[in-house]
Amino acid sequence: MNTPIAEANIDVAQVAVQSRGYWTTVLQRLRRDRVTLFFGSVVLAIILVAIFAPLLAPHDPYHASMIKRLKPVGTEGHLLGTDETGRDMLSRLIYGARLSLFMGIMPVINALVIGGALGIIAGFVGGRTNMIIMRAMDVFYAFPSVLLAIAISGALGAGIFNAIISLTLVFIPPLARVSESVTTQVRNLDYVDAARASGARALTIIRVHVLSNVLGAIFIYSTSLISVSIILASGLSFLGLGTKPPEPEWGLMLNTLRQAIYVNPVLAALPGVMIFITSLSFNLVSDGLRSAMDIKV
Amino acid sequence: MSAESIAVETPPAETAGHAGHRSGERRALVSVNDLKKYFPIRGGLLNRTIANVQAVDGISFEVKRGETLGIVGESGCGKSTTARLLMRLIEPDSGDVIIDGKRVGADGMSLRGMRRQMQMVFQDSFASLNPRLTIEDTIAFGPMVHGVPQAEARTRARDLLAKVGLDPNLFIRRYPHELSGGQRQRINIARALALEPKIVLLDEAVSALDKSVEAQVLNLLMDLKRDFELTYIFISHDLHVVHYVSDRVLVMYLGQVVEIGPVDEIYASPRHPYTQALLSAMPSMDPDNRAEKPPLAGDPPNPINPPSGCRFHTRCPFAEDLCSKRSPTLELVDAAAGQFAACHMTSPGSGHSKAPQKRATA
Amino acid sequence: MLEYILRRLAYVIPISFGVTVLCFALVHIAPGDPLDAVVGADAPAEVVEKLKKDYGFDQPLPFQYARWLGRALSGDLGLSVVNNQPVAAQLAIAVPNTLMLALVATAIGFVLGTLLGGLAGYYQGTWIDKFATGFGVAGVSVPHYWLGIVLVIIFAVELNVLPATGIGPGGSDGWKFDWAHLRHIVLPAITLSVIPCGIITRTVRATVAEILNQEFIQALRAKGLRHGRIMLHIIKNAAPTVLAVMGLQLGYLLGGSILVETVFNWPGTGFLLNDAIFRRDIPTLQGTILVLAMFFVFLNLVVDILQTLTDPRMRRG
Repeated sequence: MNTPIAEANIDVAQVAVQSRGYWTTVLQRLRRDRVTLFFGSVVLAIILVAIFAPLLAPHDPYHASMIKRLKPVGTEGHLLGTDETGRDMLSRLIYGARLSLFMGIMPVINALVIGGALGIIAGFVGGRTNMIIMRAMDVFYAFPSVLLAIAISGALGAGIFNAIISLTLVFIPPLARVSESVTTQVRNLDYVDAARASGARALTIIRVHVLSNVLGAIFIYSTSLISVSIILASGLSFLGLGTKPPEPEWGLMLNTLRQAIYVNPVLAALPGVMIFITSLSFNLVSDGLRSAMDIKV
Repeated sequence: MSAESIAVETPPAETAGHAGHRSGERRALVSVNDLKKYFPIRGGLLNRTIANVQAVDGISFEVKRGETLGIVGESGCGKSTTARLLMRLIEPDSGDVIIDGKRVGADGMSLRGMRRQMQMVFQDSFASLNPRLTIEDTIAFGPMVHGVPQAEARTRARDLLAKVGLDPNLFIRRYPHELSGGQRQRINIARALALEPKIVLLDEAVSALDKSVEAQVLNLLMDLKRDFELTYIFISHDLHVVHYVSDRVLVMYLGQVVEIGPVDEIYASPRHPYTQALLSAMPSMDPDNRAEKPPLAGDPPNPINPPSGCRFHTRCPFAEDLCSKRSPTLELVDAAAGQFAACHMTSPGSGHSKAPQKRATA
Repeated sequence: MLEYILRRLAYVIPISFGVTVLCFALVHIAPGDPLDAVVGADAPAEVVEKLKKDYGFDQPLPFQYARWLGRALSGDLGLSVVNNQPVAAQLAIAVPNTLMLALVATAIGFVLGTLLGGLAGYYQGTWIDKFATGFGVAGVSVPHYWLGIVLVIIFAVELNVLPATGIGPGGSDGWKFDWAHLRHIVLPAITLSVIPCGIITRTVRATVAEILNQEFIQALRAKGLRHGRIMLHIIKNAAPTVLAVMGLQLGYLLGGSILVETVFNWPGTGFLLNDAIFRRDIPTLQGTILVLAMFFVFLNLVVDILQTLTDPRMRRG
């Protein structure tokens, strides 16, 4: 047995009983994938922490105190110490989840809508429209993503809003490319021809036949972009191009705590741990979803 | 199967398109005139068109109401392209399709209108049915597009499922991946019939099925044709199947029609050398009747650069100089049967050594 | 095939054109006056006007673009508004530094990634696979600038075996191939190599697994070929994809080194860029982005062509 039989879990009993949709199969696969479930709960936990930050944080994340600067982990009243201006680290990390998640997820959602639409149109219509759209995307592709993000951010200036615009622009080309690719594949299948043969109009065909078969792959691809987005967003803040002080945001915190690495190294590394865990979890969940949905993108 | 044809009277410019008038039958239901489709090949630095795949090169034929016209040929002869051209899934470069007297795209026959008259059954591939839609939704889609209310469309779907031999209660909410090939093809047929067309195009509809299933589906198709008074255009590369279902047969080679006529005549006495070769290539059930030599030499030539003159001349055992210079036209070779062939050997006065003498017209 | 290569080369022209337009446009959508860096807000109007004329900021944008492009093509990228040095000269120093860092990082990533990915793919499903894959996933999930800080903490602060910043001892910005300098490149290179390592691990694993699952491998095994020879076959088949990915990663590193260079104060293009952004030094910004982007375009071109040459399936062109 050299080649392992890949996921051939054909449950014979169930086939006979009731008709199962696609999603039921997906859920089934997910339920058996413990790694994905674990990291999925981590993601959920982080999201919940972000939402319920005011209830969870022990202190005001903006409250600075010059006498309490750079207290180490485990100090009384400050479980994770304090930062370089005396603010409680735990609270800042908790509140930081809000901004970091927001700046990570928002651009991907925006790019999904815009890039996805562009790609689907290009893929379905084909021909010259396709060429124009994809060539425009190619110009953006000529830049490495980090460079593009920094260049756009640098041009627009610091700030959360600008950073989101910048990252959205960075993610539109890859999403457009993936959408176009998947849509073109679907469009050439016989059932789309059958739909055309029945006289349906383009929008109807897209709505009924194309979207449901295409969105899965596009969605999965975008989830894989979230982890990159979180890293890039905090990277921008790290450089001073994203969030501005005194907002609590993990990347920005990494920057301001750099001066403390000789004094209190653990403290200086903490925000990065959060970024790492968040990004890793999103990555693994995305991979798990991809296997469950059996998509090769 | 003799290449020497009985001299027949052939008034000039007699083409298959006029067969209907001549034999005094009703006007044909489908009339195809000089359909052409070339696919450009782009290359070079500026992506110019450097050549064309001459997929369909001026074919004309008729389909009479209520008959089954079989279209046969090797892979690459243009059968599937023809089907797609008829359904207007691909736009033809030139030529018309006339349905029930009205030209498609004009004369009040819009594309949408055409699609209520003519539907297509695709070859069973997994891709012929949308994996995300239930069977019911797949069948009901067509009618709903044309304004049939959802409830009624669903009822129609159930009825059709029953008619194609599937229990509606069991199948209505299933998904394609849960069905076998034969079942999927029945769904394909039901989908095509949902719009109540008069003409059904079957493009290799049974080619992907196991033999036993194929027989069942063929019989189903015959029953449906009778029950719904349909006209079929049956495209296949399988000569046995075509023999079984067709009333008339059209033989295609490299984008052109080479022979057309009633099924029994064609199978018993094919006039065109290509048809003869095709038929002799069919394995016989008789062990004493083995084929010793391959009937056709070589591979089919490239549709990008088809041979000059008669396209078959490079593989034809009877080819002469004339054949590479002049293209034969489709002409009547047997008036009584209504059989037409495009070959210099059957065309009186063509100049081919085996051609019959031109009889003086009275 | 030659046709394909020529066509690919020709394709570079409109892309490069688009890139230059984008570079130019990027900088000019910036809010604020391009001269803010040079003069204060309350400078007298005539001074501002004169400076505008000198730098050419008063001309219509398309004209500025054409002039900038024209000069750039002849090697003149203008003068930095901050320190009045020619941008091209500064880049001439910075680019080799970044290039060196990127090359070393790619080499590390390639070696480690291929090793791990190959093992993972070959021993699919075992703990080796899981470990290597996990390593790969971690590689792409880790914020590398943070990793840089952590490494600095461990090796420079705590253990004090490697320097924390700079390209050479005593804050020098030159490079010599001696041990003192090599110590400086270790941490930045490792930091930078993490992401390409992760990606290459993933790619190699997927490619090797895919090849192994193909039927011709079964045929080879049935013929009695031993492990070593099978490995050779695998390498031959996997090479084009892996090389392509590696080439792309090199390109990404060239453009994306800014974060790591900031952490380590490495005097490369990223550092230059960072500086230019904050001082709103438009000419430097434009010049640096242009050069980095063109490098990337060029690298993509080379990778594409090499892939065509090495992958026999693509030779049909």
